Formats: sequence, C-alpha cells, structure tokens
Amino acid sequence: MAYEEYLKDFLEISNITVGDTVKVTKPHIEHEGMLLEKPDYSNENTIILKLDSGYNIGIDIKDAKIEKISEGKKPQIELDPVDKKISDKKKNLSILSTGGTVASVIDYKTGAVHPAFTADDLLRATPELVDYANINAKAIFNILSENMTPEYWKKTATTIYDEINNGADGIIIAHGTDTMHYTASALSFMIDSPVPIVLTGAQRSSDRPSSDAFTNLMASVNAAKSDIAEVTICMHGTEDDSYCDLHRGTRARKMHTSRRDTFTSINMNPLARIENNKVTINDTQVKYTKRNEKELSLNTNLADKVALIKMYPGISPEIIDIYVDKNYDGIVIEGTGLGHCSDDVITSITRATSEDIPVVMTSQCLFGRTNMNVYSSGRRLLQNNVIGVGDMLPETAYTKLLWAAGQTDNVSEIYEIMKTNLKGEMDTTLSQNYFIKN
Amino acid sequence: MSEDKFNYKELGLMMGLEIHQQLDSKTKLFCRCPNSLTDKKPERKIFRRLRPTQSELGEIDRAAYEESQRNLQFVYEAYNHHTCLVEADEEPPSPLNQEAVDISIILASLMNMKVVDEFHTMRKQVIDGSNTSGFQRTGILATDGYVETEYGDVTIETLGLEEDAARRIGEEDGKIVFRLDRLGIPLAEITTSPDMHHPLQVKAVAYQLGQILRSTSVKRGLGTIRQDLNISIKEGSRIEVKGVQDLDLMPTIVENEVQRQLNLIDISKQLQERGACVEEEIIDVTKYLENTESKVIQNSLAKENSCILAIKLRKFNGLIGREIQPGKRLGTEFSEHGKKMGVSGLFHTDELPAYGIVQEEVDTLRDILELDEDDAFILVAEEKTKAHNALLEIIKRAKQSLEGVPEETRRAQDDGNTQYLRPLPTASRMYVETDIPTEIIEKERVKKIASNLPELPVVKKERIEKEYKLSEDLAKQLVQRNRADLFEEIKKELPSMDSVKIASDIVYTIKDLKRDGYDITKLTKDALVEVFSLVDNDVIPAAETEVILKDVCNDISPRDSVKNNNLEKLSDDIIVDTIKEIIEENKNMIEQRKMGAMGPLMGKAMAKFKGKADGQTVSNVIKDEILNIINN
Repeated sequence: MAYEEYLKDFLEISNITVGDTVKVTKPHIEHEGMLLEKPDYSNENTIILKLDSGYNIGIDIKDAKIEKISEGKKPQIELDPVDKKISDKKKNLSILSTGGTVASVIDYKTGAVHPAFTADDLLRATPELVDYANINAKAIFNILSENMTPEYWKKTATTIYDEINNGADGIIIAHGTDTMHYTASALSFMIDSPVPIVLTGAQRSSDRPSSDAFTNLMASVNAAKSDIAEVTICMHGTEDDSYCDLHRGTRARKMHTSRRDTFTSINMNPLARIENNKVTINDTQVKYTKRNEKELSLNTNLADKVALIKMYPGISPEIIDIYVDKNYDGIVIEGTGLGHCSDDVITSITRATSEDIPVVMTSQCLFGRTNMNVYSSGRRLLQNNVIGVGDMLPETAYTKLLWAAGQTDNVSEIYEIMKTNLKGEMDTTLSQNYFIKN
Repeated sequence: MSEDKFNYKELGLMMGLEIHQQLDSKTKLFCRCPNSLTDKKPERKIFRRLRPTQSELGEIDRAAYEESQRNLQFVYEAYNHHTCLVEADEEPPSPLNQEAVDISIILASLMNMKVVDEFHTMRKQVIDGSNTSGFQRTGILATDGYVETEYGDVTIETLGLEEDAARRIGEEDGKIVFRLDRLGIPLAEITTSPDMHHPLQVKAVAYQLGQILRSTSVKRGLGTIRQDLNISIKEGSRIEVKGVQDLDLMPTIVENEVQRQLNLIDISKQLQERGACVEEEIIDVTKYLENTESKVIQNSLAKENSCILAIKLRKFNGLIGREIQPGKRLGTEFSEHGKKMGVSGLFHTDELPAYGIVQEEVDTLRDILELDEDDAFILVAEEKTKAHNALLEIIKRAKQSLEGVPEETRRAQDDGNTQYLRPLPTASRMYVETDIPTEIIEKERVKKIASNLPELPVVKKERIEKEYKLSEDLAKQLVQRNRADLFEEIKKELPSMDSVKIASDIVYTIKDLKRDGYDITKLTKDALVEVFSLVDNDVIPAAETEVILKDVCNDISPRDSVKNNNLEKLSDDIIVDTIKEIIEENKNMIEQRKMGAMGPLMGKAMAKFKGKADGQTVSNVIKDEILNIINN
C-alpha cells in the first residue's frame, strides 16, 4: 500500500520514496533505517522503517523531522538461467499456477515476499523438481481461490487441454485451498484426459521454511507421472511431513480451516498415498481411469446460474423463490439428513420444478447417500420432480449441475446426466469403510 | 579479582550483554496455552521437515541444499491440552499477548527506554528445528535506554519481545526431538551496546539488569534467564559467548577470553614469522598404523569403513600444544571444530608420543609425510566420511590461526572457559510476520504504566528491612525469593503480629517444607493468614506454626491441626499454678543458687508444659517467683 495524503506530503517535501535510507528525528529519539511500503493495517500517521538489524518499527510522524541519508537502489537481479536438464527419458509435466504461491523468494533487504511465477523462478526455489521431470511452468492467472468463478474454470480447462495437446504427460495445478475441490470437480466434468491432472496447494504459505507446499508439490509431480489419469487433489495426508493423499477431485472436501491434512475424501478413501516418491494405490478394488484410457476432449459448456442452498430450521421459502424469480438454470439443495426440506419450502420448490428448473437434492451430512423414500417429506419432493443424487457431495452436485444444464435445457436430460456416474462422483454401493469413524 | 590481570584499556576491551528472560504472563505470546513447561509424557508426536526459503540473491548449491534437506528432519512432542495447533504450526498465531506487552513496557520504562510507536512482529529464519514454523517471531518494543551502574551509565540499545523456542529433548532415529511446551513462552531480549570496558562492569550491569527484571513478572529458576556476552579486543575479534549462567563467573570468562585472544594473536604472529602454512591435502595413513599398540586407534579402526587420515601443518611444531586458555591448547580448538563433524578427537605431533602411539610410529609418519622437524601433523581415526569432513573443518580452523582470532559463537563452560559452538550468525534474515497485525502502542498506555512502576529489588529490600524491623538477611531473602509482597499482604491483615516470625516462617520454614516434599502450593496467602492469626490471637505458641503448616500442605485445616496435635496454649492461670508447684518442690535449690536456679527450673517447667506454653511467659513467671523468694 502506498503512503497517502498527509504522509505522502510529509515524504514528498523531503523528496523521499520507499527504499531510501532516512533519518527520523523526534524529541528525545532518533531512528535511521530504510523506508518501507506501508502495510494496510498500519496506523494512518505511521511510517515504517527497517532498521539495520532487520527489524521493522512504525514511527508516528507527529513532531517528527525526516531527512534523506541515501537514495534507495533498485536491486538489479540478474540470475543465470536454470538448467532444466531436459531429457527424453523424463516425462513432460506442466505446472499451471492460478494464484497463491507454490514457491516464494524472499528479499531480505526489504522483507518483501515475491511469489515464484515463472518456470525459472519456480525451479530456482525448488531445484529438485528437474530431477523427476521436464518441467514447464506457467502462471495462468493470479487470484485468491475464494474469487474463483466458472469463467476461470473454463480458462483453466482450456489451458490444460492445450498443454496436453502440446505433449504434456501430466498436469499440476497450483491452486488456493479454499475452493480447490470445486475447481477439481468442475474440471473433472469439462475434460476427458489421457493424463493425470493434479491440483495442489499449501495450508502454510511457501515463504516459510515449514511450508507444506514443497512436500505437496513433490508428491504432485509423482502423481502427475503416475497412471491415474483423473482430476485429483494431492495434499498432506496427516499433520506430519511424511506422505500425501491423492483424492479423487469429485470426492474431496476441505474439512479444516488451517491444518495441513485439511482435505478428506468423502464417501470413498483416497485413491493413493504418495510417500518417498512412490505412488501406492490404497484399494486395488476401487477402479480408476488409467493413463491413455480416454481420448482428450474438452467441453466447457456451463450454465450461467445454478444455486447451492442449505436447508436449516427456520428457512424461509423466499430464499427459493428468489432463484425462481431470477430464472436460475438449476438449484442444488443441501438437505437435512437423507435429503429433506421443511414443509414451509415445499411449495416454493414445487414452483421451481413446475417452471422447469431442475432441483437436485444432496445431504448436508456429507457422508452417506440421500434416500427420499424413507419419510413422507422426501416422497413428497420426489412426487414434485426433485431428484436425489445419492452419495454425491453438494459442491460436486453444484459443478455437475452447472455442466449438465450447460449441455441441454431439457430437464429430463439434465436429470439423466445428474443420475449417471461420469467421473467417479457417485457409486451404487457404499463401503462401511468410508467414514471418519473407522 | 583485586588486581587486573591485563591492562584492559590498552587492549581495547569491549563488551556487550544480551539477556533473554522468560516473562511470567498467564499464557503464551501468540496463543493462549499455559505459559509453563511440563514433564508429562507427550501425547502426540509430529514429524516435520524444514526447508530454507531462498533469498532473492542467494545462489543455491544443490548438493549442499540436498544434504541440508536430509538433515532437517524433526520430531515434535505435543500435548492434547498443554499445547495447541499454533505451536504445531497448524494454525495461524493468535494476536499478540497484551500482558506480555505490558510487562515489557514496564521493563522499558525501568531502563529509561523509548517505546516504539508501532510494534511490528517479524519472522527471523531459524531452521535448526527449534521453531516449528522455521522462524522465530520477534519484534522491537523499545530502543535507546540506559541503566546506571557504579561504572557509569550503560546504554541499552534495544528491548525485544519474542517467542521462546521449542525445548530440545534429544535424538531419535537420526531425527532431532523437540518438545513444544516451551515454544511461544514470551521472552524479553535486552541488548546493551558494546560499551563496557572492564570485566567487573559487565558483572555489575548483568546484576543491575537482573534486579530490574526481577522487579516485574518474570519467571525464576533454572533456564528462565539466559545471558550472552560479546567480547572483543582491539587486535582480536568479536566473540559471542552463549549461556553464561553464573554472574560471578563473568569476570573469569572475560579474563580467559582476553587471554585466549592474546595467545591466538601471538601464535598468528609467530606462524607468520615462521612462514607457516596449512596443506589442504588429506592423506590416508591407515596402513602405517595398522599394527599399532594404541588402544584408542585400534578401537577406532574396529569400526566399519574406518581409516586414519592425516594433514600437514608446515612450521606449526610446538604451537599446537601451546596453552591458550587454562587447560586448553590450540590443539583443543582444532579438536572442537573436528568434533562438530562427529569425530571423537584428534592426535597432533605436539602431544605425541602418547595414547599408546610410540616414537617409532611418529617417526615413520614424519618420514611418509615428508615433514621437517618444525612441521606438524594431525591425525584423525574414524569412519572415512566423518574423518574427512572433520579434517576439512580442522584445516579451515588451522588456516584461521595464521590470521589471528576467528569470529565465532562460543559456549560458556562451568570453569570459566569457552568452547567453540558455531560461526557467528550472518545478518539476520528477517521479514514481516503477516499473520499478526501491527500493534499501535498508545502514548497513554506507556505513560500510565510508567507512572506506576514497581520497586527495584534493592529499594524494596531496604524499605521492608526498615519498615518492619527485619534483619538484613530476612529482608534480602524475602525479596530474592519473590515473597516480599506475600509478607506485606499478610502483615497488612495481621498488623500486630510479629514481623520476624512471619518473615522467618516464609523464608526458612516453608523452604524446608518444600525441600522435604510438602505441597507448599497449598500455603496460599489466606491459609498463612489463618495460621499466623492463631499465634496473633494467642491460641498457639509461636513455635508450633511448623506443625500446622505441614498439616495445611496435607489439606488439614489449621483449626483441625490445632485440635489433632493438641497445640492449644495453656491459660496463664494454669501456667502460674504449675510453676508455683515446681517452685515449691525446688525451694532448697532456689535458696542455694538464687537466680542460678533459673535455667534448671525453666527446663523442668517447659518439660511439663510440653511446648504448650510460651517460653517468654514461662520465663517471666519463674523469674518473678524466684525474686519473690529471694526478696522475702
């Protein structure tokens, strides 16, 4: 953040800019140091100096005089190009960055952290990668994952398609963790891929020595070289830096705000564990799409507007009405228990389906499947043309409905797509093994 | 030290102090876990790696990088409730602990420092595993202060507020094990400028700073305060001595360090005059010592892949064995550097023949290595890689001896010597801790705290000594043990109670109980007031408090204790009547011995009262009765 108004004038009068070494004199005290950019949470009358010791302090400029000691030099960084050790014997992997940082470089002079975006930056920060693959790194955009939109999914899918067309044997996507599972399931429906597409990220930023980014990235490289040609999420399996879990993209969910092992497979176990550069399939009876099993194809047709609504005691029917009024292309409901709604909203839901808006029922329990035949409230929804999508995660049902409603306007056809297992997002049987309480 | 061993002024001695003190806030600096260590068995273990983050201009040597990677593996011992996700680096830090900030502002005010307008928490990269995050969170709270000493004012450059590191427990399968209980305990870091010039002055300053620290809420006891000493002389180098525990040892440490530097300077001059040099070649001499009688060498060779390696030090003869600190030679320094690479020691020509290595073998080696009389060699017998790496370190150190004193961090030893620890840290690698908002420290807050500063211990001691007519020792003990406030609180509730009795029970009796394993945490202020009020109200004799205090430690109420132990004082009537009986029985003795009968009668009476009468009262009554008889 730049210095503004009063502070800006204060600095400009003495012709001082960020990076200059200055002396600030106040009654009884004097400080010398380099003027830094102002953090956005700092007090409005405060300038920030970096002292010789490396510490930053904030100085209130009331009663202060400032003088320039020396002009700041823009550091000229000329780094040698990295030897990428390109070899025919190694697989070609593309690392696509969507935001956040897989690797960072710290400028200890100013304390600034620069994300490593270019291929060379990335490889300089994580030189080990070139031993395992020919790495091609690209930043496709730079956004926080909470700002992700279906438009960005399309762009990501298209870039992946191009990379695979250009010979990539595997794709790694660096992504913020908050909405990583939405992107993963959206990509699952938009692309048929002959090669692995692995999403990864970090719960501890890559500017710290304890970051989980490197372990996750290394495991992702191994996943991208494996024969698991699905869209997957590769993140820490435990709080330890020992192995990563590989989750199917349509089955994963962020379950902890801050822990490294935040991602959990729901209604299945992780496909594989990646430890010491080895990919081990967890359960050989669980089928997965193998490398080169599918032809590459891209279908980024998405509907414009689908809503994801959670049921809760006291919910008002107008919450449903508004989507109907606004001509939404579909509604996913995160129902209670087996897939229920309160009687209060049934009329509004019936209105939605009668106006040809597909309404799809999931469960806020996350684990288990919907079954709307058990109670009368469920049966009433079924009679009103709401369908349950079984063991599909609400987030996955949301991306799938966006995609399904992007393929056709016919509600029956949309429902048919929703009820068909496309990318391992649903299953006819659920193992007793699939729950947090094993 | 009545007389200085050296002319410190001429030598240009400069010293600075750095003190780390744990603060006694209720919770930790960046999470709300208890601010205490625990000996409980760890309930969780976490395995982690650390990876140095790259500096913009830093070139990465891949081999070194990967090597460091392999070594940076750690196990952290954690608890379900004593530590939390923050220490485990699984959750962003909670906001800065305001109690710790307040304690630091008190310290800053006591040291006449200027508190910063805005406190910025920084990350200082530390990848030895002692911080789960790979950095220590630290910030500067105040600058530019001073403390007065008998040697003049000493400048206090900075007061930092930072988190303590995790506790190193040991090693497990090649991984270093740390416990998370200590990680995050608030530390005040006080740094003086290097403007002290006499060994006694650093001691005085350390003492003075200790006094200041102890007037506030800081932790006491082993490991809660850590003192580092920076020492240099004009022709020497800056040496940081870590972990000076004993203030009395400080002058000796300084003296020994000055002596070490002078010796190293002298050695370097001699080596330069001789045209000495260190050869970089490392030579395998195993086969020449294969049949040695030396047990040490035989034992080393018994290990897998072991060998004997040698290096040549041209024109070093006689200087490696030269003493540079009491009992430590230049060879000892070489050896300490070698030991960092995991070898157990080295042999050098100045000490051979010895350790079972005979003259003949030394001569053979001299021949093989083509050494002249004034040349020296160093041998290391160990596993090959270790031996090789150790000699690389020794070569580096030997080369430094040509130049003088290498800058380094050394560890203080109990005998006042120092031992090589590591090279001096390079410029601090610091960047901003973005997870913690900057902290505006309002002028009003500082003013309010500064207008209500605690008494310094020495002032407090003098005041309570005078105010309560205590002996100097009692007053000193109360202050040193941080019990003066407790004493004053009790005294406030029982103004007529004997001050000396309260003080001596607090200082001596309770200390003994603690030593004997009693749970003295039961002796709260309220409990003590109840016990002392028994004396104050004349219910029990003063001498009986110990029995009751013991019972209170065992959860028995003072009242019950009095009853159970039958401690209630006899009434004055009973005392007088009983004494009269004794006097009657011993009339003859009194007539013979007059006042000389006091002693024996006192003994008889006290035996009869079995401690349930106050000695002073008994003595007074007996005296009156004897006088009665004599005067009649």
